Amino acid sequence: MSARAVIDVSKLPTYAYSHRSLMWWGTLGMIAIEGTVFAIALVVYYYLRGLSLDWPIGSPPPDLLWGTVMTALLLVSGIPNQFAKKAGEAEDLRRVRIWVFVSIVFGIAALVVRIFEYPALNTHWQRNAYGSIVYALLTLHTVHLLTDFVDTVVLEILMLTGPLNGRRFVDVSENADYWWFVVLAWLPIYFTIYLVPRIFP
Amino acid sequence: MSRIDDTWADKPGLVGWLSTVDHKRIGIRFVVTTLAFFVFAGLLAAVMRVQLARPDNHVVGPDTYNQLFSVHGSMMMFLFAVPVMEAIALYLVPLMVGTRNVAFPRLNAYSYWLLLFGGLMLIFVFVIDSAPDAGWFNYVPLSGPEFGPGKRSDFWAQLITFTEVSGLIGAVNIITTVFKLRAPGMTLARLPLFVWAMLATAFMILFAMPSVMLASTFLITDRLVTTQFFNPAEGGDVLLWQHLFWFFGHPEVYFIFVPALGVISQILPTFARRRIVGYVAMVVALVTIAFLSFGLWVHHMFATGLPPLGMSFFTAASIMIALPTGLQIFCWIATLATGEKVRFAAPFLFIIGFFFIFIIGGLTGVMLGSSTLDSQLHDSYFVVAHLHYVLIGGAVFPLFGGFYYWFPKVTGRRLSERAGRWNFWLFFIGFNVAFFPMHILGLEGMPRRIYTYPAAAGWSGLNLLSTIGAFTVALSVLVFFVNVWRSRRAGELAPDNVWGASGLEWAAPSPPPPYNFERIPAVRSRDPLWEPGFPAAEVVGLPDIVRSTLVTRLHDAEPDHIAILPDASIWPFLAALATTIMFIWSVFTPWGLTWGAIPLTITLIGWFWPKKDETRRTCAVEVKPDAGDARVHQLREALP
Amino acid sequence: MNTNALLSGGPLSAEIGQLFWIFVGIAAAVYVVVLAFLVVSLRRREGARAAPPDSPAARHAVRAIGIAVGLTTVILVVLALSDFFANRVIAATPENPLRVRVTAHQWWWEIEYVDADPTRRVRTANELHLPVGRPVQLEMTADDVIHSFWAPELNGKKDLLPGYTTRLTLVAARAGDYTAECAEFCGFQHANMRVAIVAHDPQDFARWYDAQLTPAAEPVSPELQRGRDVLLGSTCVMCHNITGTDASGVTGPDLTHLASRRWIAAGALPNDAARLAAWISDPQGIKPGTHMPATRLDADDLAVLTHYLTSLR
Repeated sequence: MSARAVIDVSKLPTYAYSHRSLMWWGTLGMIAIEGTVFAIALVVYYYLRGLSLDWPIGSPPPDLLWGTVMTALLLVSGIPNQFAKKAGEAEDLRRVRIWVFVSIVFGIAALVVRIFEYPALNTHWQRNAYGSIVYALLTLHTVHLLTDFVDTVVLEILMLTGPLNGRRFVDVSENADYWWFVVLAWLPIYFTIYLVPRIFP
Repeated sequence: MSRIDDTWADKPGLVGWLSTVDHKRIGIRFVVTTLAFFVFAGLLAAVMRVQLARPDNHVVGPDTYNQLFSVHGSMMMFLFAVPVMEAIALYLVPLMVGTRNVAFPRLNAYSYWLLLFGGLMLIFVFVIDSAPDAGWFNYVPLSGPEFGPGKRSDFWAQLITFTEVSGLIGAVNIITTVFKLRAPGMTLARLPLFVWAMLATAFMILFAMPSVMLASTFLITDRLVTTQFFNPAEGGDVLLWQHLFWFFGHPEVYFIFVPALGVISQILPTFARRRIVGYVAMVVALVTIAFLSFGLWVHHMFATGLPPLGMSFFTAASIMIALPTGLQIFCWIATLATGEKVRFAAPFLFIIGFFFIFIIGGLTGVMLGSSTLDSQLHDSYFVVAHLHYVLIGGAVFPLFGGFYYWFPKVTGRRLSERAGRWNFWLFFIGFNVAFFPMHILGLEGMPRRIYTYPAAAGWSGLNLLSTIGAFTVALSVLVFFVNVWRSRRAGELAPDNVWGASGLEWAAPSPPPPYNFERIPAVRSRDPLWEPGFPAAEVVGLPDIVRSTLVTRLHDAEPDHIAILPDASIWPFLAALATTIMFIWSVFTPWGLTWGAIPLTITLIGWFWPKKDETRRTCAVEVKPDAGDARVHQLREALP
Repeated sequence: MNTNALLSGGPLSAEIGQLFWIFVGIAAAVYVVVLAFLVVSLRRREGARAAPPDSPAARHAVRAIGIAVGLTTVILVVLALSDFFANRVIAATPENPLRVRVTAHQWWWEIEYVDADPTRRVRTANELHLPVGRPVQLEMTADDVIHSFWAPELNGKKDLLPGYTTRLTLVAARAGDYTAECAEFCGFQHANMRVAIVAHDPQDFARWYDAQLTPAAEPVSPELQRGRDVLLGSTCVMCHNITGTDASGVTGPDLTHLASRRWIAAGALPNDAARLAAWISDPQGIKPGTHMPATRLDADDLAVLTHYLTSLR
């Protein structure tokens, strides 16, 4: 027994960032799942469109204004989001608190814009399958906006009150990664809902 | 009790039981619960077989019968077959890869409670005569707002939500555990085949389950808030349901079958006392099956009048998946042929049963894969025969073999060999008597899902025979449970490595302590316990005032850092309760989602919010990444 | 009932049957061979050592696996090709078919023969007559949920879907009776939704067809007259059509030539007066869940009504 070699890990770090951390893989798993949900929902849109002679069915395409504002807003929100991520990885608590707060402001703005997007769709989920899938796509994304927003608020409160340890900075970094997913997932949805009916009538 | 025992101990009593995050306690719970669902669904089948034993029978009417087969199928597939495989994985994988828990212990607990509550919901609605009644795949328009009155179909859709969320969480847990928590030296090329099988399964789950979640959500919204996804009169499509369901549904049968292949790959080499022939081929076969399984789904829709070119493609793909499956069978036979003489203990009997039964199912599967033949066989009892041959032969027999094999590790005692033989033979004979005649009944024109048939059809004799077989199977399951019940307390005591196997799980005590390994062993081959002088090295230095384990690198299994896993927590249980309230409330009104989200959010915050005591201990042992990294570098150079 | 897929009544089901035997033959051979190898592999001598990875025995085994994989590939390709060729026969567009529109309902079959001349369109329910030797093309849809038409002795099955028209060809090689069943679960009475199929020599078919075109037989006795009056005075007329009377409902099966059929209630009962009376007074007792309501009539009215219906040849 005592002749056995030992691997002494006592000085190893007790947490790590990015793909080294377990949480990163958990977040990636979430992204894979939710990304698949978005992808399949988009396929459903194109499938129903292929079956129908008339698309959009019985209504004009969605107005471009609020959807485009949303796209711009989300892309810009990537900036404070990225600063928050870097601040977390640098373990700079003051900068984390500031940039996560800015992200929250952007989140509120996005949710407000989203409220205006719904009526601008020019259809209703009950009217026909086109209305149903367009509402579904938008609502799937809204659910992600909302839950990530709540996540971020809770995280900010924790950054202000504690108790904190090194792992919490990893949480800041992961939270930022998930926000990037919410932003990037929006792009094909924006393209499909707003641009496809106009470019390929 | 040493400090590590203190740190990993569960609290006593009911609170401890509700708050445990020990993957073994949760794994056992999962298995027990899924087996309870297995028995319940089996009893429903027994009633169906009584009804079908004679023509023009009046044991149950069509309404009850429709609920019986719908609940039987749904419970077997969603509450037994898939979760039991994830359950044994959640128990075994951390032990097999040499770590102390799964990567996300609290999510593990949460996913168990969700499964339990979803299953209880289904049983409850069955008891009040409001169970799903449109079959386990719940086709629209029969299940839709116009032709599916009441809430039956909504309960089916929510059952999906419960079980899919539970399954997806299990998949993320398995992937992360396998990728990041392996023992030093256990490179991917040295992973046990069961772990490879679970990895492949977990990835399939990740990409397939979203499809059925979307489908069931669309169904609920069609029924509850008048969306038009499946209404052809308003631009919707009835076949959309079938595409979405089967895109998930076909991989789903592989969620059930692939883990069983992994189980066989653990048991068979042990009994041949030889490592598997063609390890790389076996891994390639598993991964190929996982990929191919996504390209077959349309074979469930051959009768719907799709374009012939598409049907030819799916015929070819469906037939070709027999190739990687066959490869596995050939490698197993080769392993037996080049191994020692096998002692036919109970686990191995079930493996032999697999060969005799599953191969028939696989061959009838090739027949059903031909779109031309399928036009006769689809939706007849031939399919009922096929699916039971592959599910029971291909998954349940290896599963039972697994129970007999790993029971000594889980409990420290062996199951009775004599009872095991009775269990096996009653099951084997009963199964074939019950299901083989169904091939013939299908060819004689008996459709699926009929609550009765006329005497003039000429199906009476074979149906009676089938019923006799079914009751024999029931008897064999009873023998199994009696065996388990008695062996738990009075079974023959088993040493740690009772079968002389090679996997790491056999290095842990039987039963293992909560932390599995006090000193995680390093590994130098695919068959660690067969290495001379095992273990070549052991991990020391993991802090024992927190629940720590070692994180290693994905590509080479070198030590990377220490993960501090969470202590026991009541929040997963509470969050599961809140989730259940939200899910069931939203069966009745969409506002259930909005209002139900509030308690759920509160429990999730409680879950996420760090506990002061845990934080204090974590900070006491904290080593920051930049400070520690130099140590990682030095450590790697020092590895033997 | 004549629903045996392996007892073929025509060339299409024969083609499928042939393919079936090819598959079964090959499958049986594969099963026997694989299990033989398994059994032989288990018969190791007591004390035989496990062959190490580089030994001749192990390399032998690997080569054997390679051969097995190669053989399996060949067999699977052969099977896929056999399916491909058989499918071309089955899926070929029929020459000058007799076209019949089939609409499936919960739980009966609406059948209308297509003809350019609207006065030559036979409408019937739950029974399909075919001329021997001529392909019949069914053009099918469903009114409510998904159903499936399956006449195993004539061809494979095809689903009937709301919002779609699907096609199925039937060819009977000789005169005789066959049965088609519903093969897609469609609710309470999925088990009792059959089509009686009758294949006739061409002249017999023409005779049947012309008889079906005539309006309902006029009552030739006071009793029959009373029977018709009962019918026209009860709720029957809301769902059923009897050409030549004021009954013109379309929700339920056409009854103009009810008495010419072999079965009633979509194959649930043989067609005789007693069963007809039982069906009219208590449909739920015979087909629980059926959409046909019970018709409350006193014994006398029921008797004359039934008598009238049995006169509708």
